[in-house]
Amino acid sequence: MPKDSGIGASSKRREDVRFLTGNGNYTDDINLHGQTYVHFLRSDVAHGRLNKVDTSVAAEMPGVVRVFTGADFEGVGGLPCGWQVTDKHGNPMQEPAHPVLAQGKVRHVGDPIAAVVAETAAQARNAAEAIELDIEELPAVIDMKEAVKEGATKVHDDLESNLCYDWGFVEENKAAVDAAFEAAAHVTTLELVNQRLVANPMEPRVAVGDYNRSTGDSTLYTTSQNPHVIRLLMGAFVLGIPEHKLRVVAPDVGGGFGSKIFHYAEEAFCTFAAKALARPVKWTSSRSEAFISDAHGRDHVTKIQLALDADNNFTALRTDTYANMGAYLSTFAPSVPTWLHGTLMAGNYKTPLIYVNVKAVFTNTVAVDAYRGAGRPEATYQLERVVDKAARELGVDPIALRRQNFITEFPYATPVAVEYDTGDYNATMDKLLEMVDRDGFDARAAESAKSGKLRGFGVNTYIEACGIAPSALVGQLGARAGLYESATVRVNATGGLVVMTGSHSHGQGHETAFPQVVADMIGIPEDMVEVVHGDTANTPMGMGTYGSRSLAVGGSAIVRATEKIINKAKKIAAHLMEASEGDIELKDGQFTVAGTDKSVAWGDVTLAAYVPHNYPLEELEPGLEETAFYDPANFTYPAGAYACEVEVDPDTGKVTICSFAAADDFGNVVNPMIVEGQVHGGLAQGIGQALLEGAVYDENGQLLSASYMDYAMPRADDLPSFQVDHSCATPCTHNPLGVKGCGEAGAIGSPPAVVNAVVDALQRGGHNVTHIDMPLSPGRVWQAMND
Amino acid sequence: MYEFEFKRPGTIADAVAALGAEEAQLLGGGQTLLPTMKQRLAAPAVLVSLGGVAEMQGVCTDDAGRICVGGASTHAAVAAATADSYPALSHLAGHIGDPAVRNRGTIGGSLANNDPAACYPAAVLASGANVVTNTREIAADDFFEGMFTTALNDGEIITEVKFPVPVAASYQKFLQPASRFALTGVFVAKFAGAVRVAVTGASEDGVFRWSEAEAALSGNFSPEAVDGLSVSADGMIADMHGSAAYRANLVKVMTKRAVAACG
Repeated sequence: MPKDSGIGASSKRREDVRFLTGNGNYTDDINLHGQTYVHFLRSDVAHGRLNKVDTSVAAEMPGVVRVFTGADFEGVGGLPCGWQVTDKHGNPMQEPAHPVLAQGKVRHVGDPIAAVVAETAAQARNAAEAIELDIEELPAVIDMKEAVKEGATKVHDDLESNLCYDWGFVEENKAAVDAAFEAAAHVTTLELVNQRLVANPMEPRVAVGDYNRSTGDSTLYTTSQNPHVIRLLMGAFVLGIPEHKLRVVAPDVGGGFGSKIFHYAEEAFCTFAAKALARPVKWTSSRSEAFISDAHGRDHVTKIQLALDADNNFTALRTDTYANMGAYLSTFAPSVPTWLHGTLMAGNYKTPLIYVNVKAVFTNTVAVDAYRGAGRPEATYQLERVVDKAARELGVDPIALRRQNFITEFPYATPVAVEYDTGDYNATMDKLLEMVDRDGFDARAAESAKSGKLRGFGVNTYIEACGIAPSALVGQLGARAGLYESATVRVNATGGLVVMTGSHSHGQGHETAFPQVVADMIGIPEDMVEVVHGDTANTPMGMGTYGSRSLAVGGSAIVRATEKIINKAKKIAAHLMEASEGDIELKDGQFTVAGTDKSVAWGDVTLAAYVPHNYPLEELEPGLEETAFYDPANFTYPAGAYACEVEVDPDTGKVTICSFAAADDFGNVVNPMIVEGQVHGGLAQGIGQALLEGAVYDENGQLLSASYMDYAMPRADDLPSFQVDHSCATPCTHNPLGVKGCGEAGAIGSPPAVVNAVVDALQRGGHNVTHIDMPLSPGRVWQAMND
Repeated sequence: MYEFEFKRPGTIADAVAALGAEEAQLLGGGQTLLPTMKQRLAAPAVLVSLGGVAEMQGVCTDDAGRICVGGASTHAAVAAATADSYPALSHLAGHIGDPAVRNRGTIGGSLANNDPAACYPAAVLASGANVVTNTREIAADDFFEGMFTTALNDGEIITEVKFPVPVAASYQKFLQPASRFALTGVFVAKFAGAVRVAVTGASEDGVFRWSEAEAALSGNFSPEAVDGLSVSADGMIADMHGSAAYRANLVKVMTKRAVAACG
């Protein structure tokens, strides 16, 4: 019987009440006394030398407070990169300067050149049009392979080339991998593109900078997934403000999908300008601006090869990837194609030898960084496509080929530096096949054929590394930060609790799920627990929300802090009942003495903690508030099997998804309804990538898909009703909740299933099509069938 | 958006007068003009809204049996009013954009703009409708002059569109995945004496009549009649959503589907 509260219950998302009734408090809802507005003048050319920025006319326009240019930021730090990758020769990556406002050159369409602060947003925009620019256009560097050729135009004049790094992983294995390919009975090769995407959260970015003249404190309100990270990066590296003089608040945030992890120029600008002007400065991005200023995702061009022996065992894998960094290094950009991608190339398979090469390249495009899944979708897509292609070349069942090569014993150390703690890939595959009625496929295909349609079935597995991440490990890999999480649990005198967490919630439902954990541990109603997050002034230093880490890492910190609370409360209860601490039990909010009928309620103990009239003051401090920091021992490894069935209209190339099934292993589940919602959203994004989305630049660096007129977002009627299951749980072995994380799985696992299904449909229809690059738009599918 | 003066006349005569102002621009439902103004790509000094002109609203049938649609009628109003009298037109109007677009956008605005991917031009051209303005009546064959170009003179207002009602008709639209405008849309109208086929979304010259298909279908009104025809990719639109050859293919596929849907 399903539980109605606590861990395992589908408690309704309490935050939805305010979101759905228009009572959310988003950054744009924050308006401060004396507030000014900034408009950024952005480059409309991809690459050019900035010969002149004349603001004299603009500065005199109505309402203008001040016009800032790159010159105002010469004494200020640039936007830092939070991860340093070392190349295959042992050298650090090339790391260009990233000024808040352009200095000397503009490097992509959307690069901010000047900022006009005015009394109203319209006045700021009007004045920005009066800024006179002299930009000497330079050739745009767009194609990655062209960008790294000898003599290519350089995006950054002071770097040696456009190559950020050439990374080999594991470099020492390269010769052995090459030898395995020499000895292979069969080699399958696939060249593919994992196309550039735009994150498109529902709420565009907003920043409000404020400065308190009496205290000298700065405050930034911003649409961020990790306010402490912004405080650290902006304070320490850009503006030189120590943490105790800088507060960063990320209130309700309307989705991020990774794009709101990073520290952006606009945040630093608003904080800087508020201090310079001693007035609040607000920036609200338009959707058009978001397309050319939010970090993009993916954008890999890959050649992958799989070697098999005569018995169809995978013997080696090697990949060669060009990863687009864009014009500047966004906060975590270098880590995405390396440590979040190369380490996942084993997938669910016991391939003994793997070599991954990644060339990260600067181009005159918007910076690329983590986007839902971040590196893991790129790994999963190429691996699951090449495995499918191998099965077709060998004439074997793609599911059987996968099963034959599954990892079945855990823990399992991969040849790409990670150790999977648990998993059962056959179990999720079995469950998937139960869900999809594969036996009925032929009858359904025959039905499709009656209306002239081609039907196809595709399957894939995935594994991801979540619960990011053990600090010591990522430090060795180049992270310039720790990746623990924090929680303070404050118990009030009358028994209610406040959980202050560094995990930010922007759609994940933390305000519902975290109380389920705490309430379950104590045995009290969930509504006695409130979650506070998003404000560096009242939460302990935390690393924020990304990489499906909130429950696995943040939730574990909450468990640890709650354990401390319970331990102390038991001491108080023992005193109140004149019993030994070791005999105290806590159940359903009651402390009892084992073997007796003595009891005190949770509320009696919490009251005693704050009204210590009868209290062991000589042994115990009054009060009931504890903080814990949790640093995970390992990543967590959610995994699963996905299946997609499609119909292709051969006349138009239109792909219709008939059904989509997802069997996931997320370990233990706190709130099944929220987990299902996360999977649904992830699937929509993954299917969006497979069929619809794609950021397209022309050769001059103009973003052609710069609005919803050309950038196709998935809509409800593009999607079937999903079948999802998470019953095949192998709990994580190293965190107290046994949880793995579910936020990104859908986006990671779904694109290969869709493409495999379309290729299956076309081949069943007699078309010799082995691959189509995403998005599988009708035009592309038709073209592939008719080329 | 830049500042502008807003006028909302109550009669066609007042609208014509208001349009005489310097840099004045007509506003129908604003579904193209307002986003363009918001992006500061258009900056009319005066906007003359036709939303208050009562004589340009509504749908009626004239003595010749033609369906007469007021130039300021919204797509939703046309969809509702023509469901029985001209189902293919109703269906087209009821599937333009989304409900917000259909409750603001107008037939006159769509025709005057003549977006190469708009739906209405296909209906008007295939139906052999007449576009009525404050000064004259223009046959559909003379009205559309290429992408975003029409026979309208400066200051001329589309007050009404008169649609002859075919014996059978269907509009088949293949959606551009992002905008959901017509990547290619084909309106087939079968009249007692002839068949007219109009194509939108495909050509660099905007809406056009596919005369070979019209000839073939006039002799044999069946999808198979189109089988032997080929559509040249020359002059077809090529972009990230489809090549010229793909659009040429869609012209044929959608024509066959429209004929089949005529029953």
